[in-house]
Amino acid sequence: MLDKNGIAKRIAKELRDGYYVNLGIGIPTLVANYIPSGINVVLQSENGLLGMGPFPYEGEEDPDLINAGKQTITTVPGSVFFDSAMSFGMIRSGKVNLTILGAMEVSENGDIANWKIPGKMVKGMGGAMDLVASAKNIIVAMQHVNKAGESKLLPKCTLPLTGIRCVKKIVTELAVLDVLPEGGFKLLERAPGVSVDEISKATAGKLIIDGEIPEMKLD
Amino acid sequence: MNKIVKNAEEAVRDVQDGMTLMLGGFGLCGIPENCISALVQKNVKGLTCISNNAGVDDFGLGLLLQKKQIKKMISSYVGENAEFERQMLSGELEVDLIPQGTLATRCLAAGYGMPVVYTPAGVGTEIAEGKEVRNFDGKDYLMEYAFKADFAIVKAWKGDTHGNLIYKATSRNFNPLMAMAGKITIAEVEELVPAGELDPDQIHTPGIYVHRIFQGTSYEKRIEQRTVRKKS
Repeated sequence: MLDKNGIAKRIAKELRDGYYVNLGIGIPTLVANYIPSGINVVLQSENGLLGMGPFPYEGEEDPDLINAGKQTITTVPGSVFFDSAMSFGMIRSGKVNLTILGAMEVSENGDIANWKIPGKMVKGMGGAMDLVASAKNIIVAMQHVNKAGESKLLPKCTLPLTGIRCVKKIVTELAVLDVLPEGGFKLLERAPGVSVDEISKATAGKLIIDGEIPEMKLD
Repeated sequence: MNKIVKNAEEAVRDVQDGMTLMLGGFGLCGIPENCISALVQKNVKGLTCISNNAGVDDFGLGLLLQKKQIKKMISSYVGENAEFERQMLSGELEVDLIPQGTLATRCLAAGYGMPVVYTPAGVGTEIAEGKEVRNFDGKDYLMEYAFKADFAIVKAWKGDTHGNLIYKATSRNFNPLMAMAGKITIAEVEELVPAGELDPDQIHTPGIYVHRIFQGTSYEKRIEQRTVRKKS
């Protein structure tokens, strides 16, 4: 089973040289720590920055320089600032190659819910609805089951949707899965020490198991 | 031409109960601190505020929420404010949550003189309810209206006496968009200089959009999430 950093590390293997990537809040942010050597990616922060760097050294924080999670950050050489309309312009027009974000639920046809639990939690969608409506490639980073032990990979989402038929891949503490265009979660890899049976039990939606499922390689 | 006002109090002098305001900023970054304080002092009520976030409990728009001066918020993300969540869940506060890119583009449309924009954000979700859907090249889009606001209140790094503005780093965010979109636009700046001192090539907001400008004082610039790494 993977911890949060393990999930981030596995997702980082999906990065390709020259990608412009938007990382959501939570586990997706950790992906920045595992960018494979020899690969150059530019991180987009939707509040208005391309070329996001690591956290600043203590004492060098700049309140005017934050990421979409409102964390103090730095820039890397070649970075650029812009306003929020241009930021979502580059997202909407498909210039951002990959979006990695968290989710509360994903359905077997690629619908995603991650912004609202009616009557309980309403934080808002932020940029998530724009990102999922336009990104060419969306990877969801999340736990396979929620705190109550219920599967988050469902036949149909029960929570209000953020976007429809958009998620392409899911990486959880248990597995890597593709969401097929015709519907269904296709199991690609198992986390170290996790059996197909365990993954099957934790997946409420249609799980497609085709042949021998390899254990994922993280290094 | 005289756009210069003495201070925030003078800048917001004619903001009235029930008006619609746009306020720049993302989180607490690039918010018009001086004008928010002046609105708290003035105690105008029943405001509709268009702003990406709602501040935190004791700073930014949270200060207006605490005094129940806001009737309705139009925002994309409000997760950092417990008082906001309480007022929303209890029904005291009307809330319209909209996607961040839609929020930005509805400001842009207002500033560009366009009545509507089409965006795919929210297609197939509950925010699409009641909205016109149009299909272009096989993809569905929602029709979204340009915002109408009585005042846009923005914060810039530098400004000149003609109202030209330059923003710094990610404090730019919604500020230039909202600056274009208000019936009356108020800009507070960290440094106000005579016209001619800013390089015309470097100006983000042309002064034609700005009606009132002043140099703000005592910026706190509170950091919401202080994240650092250790020097190794």
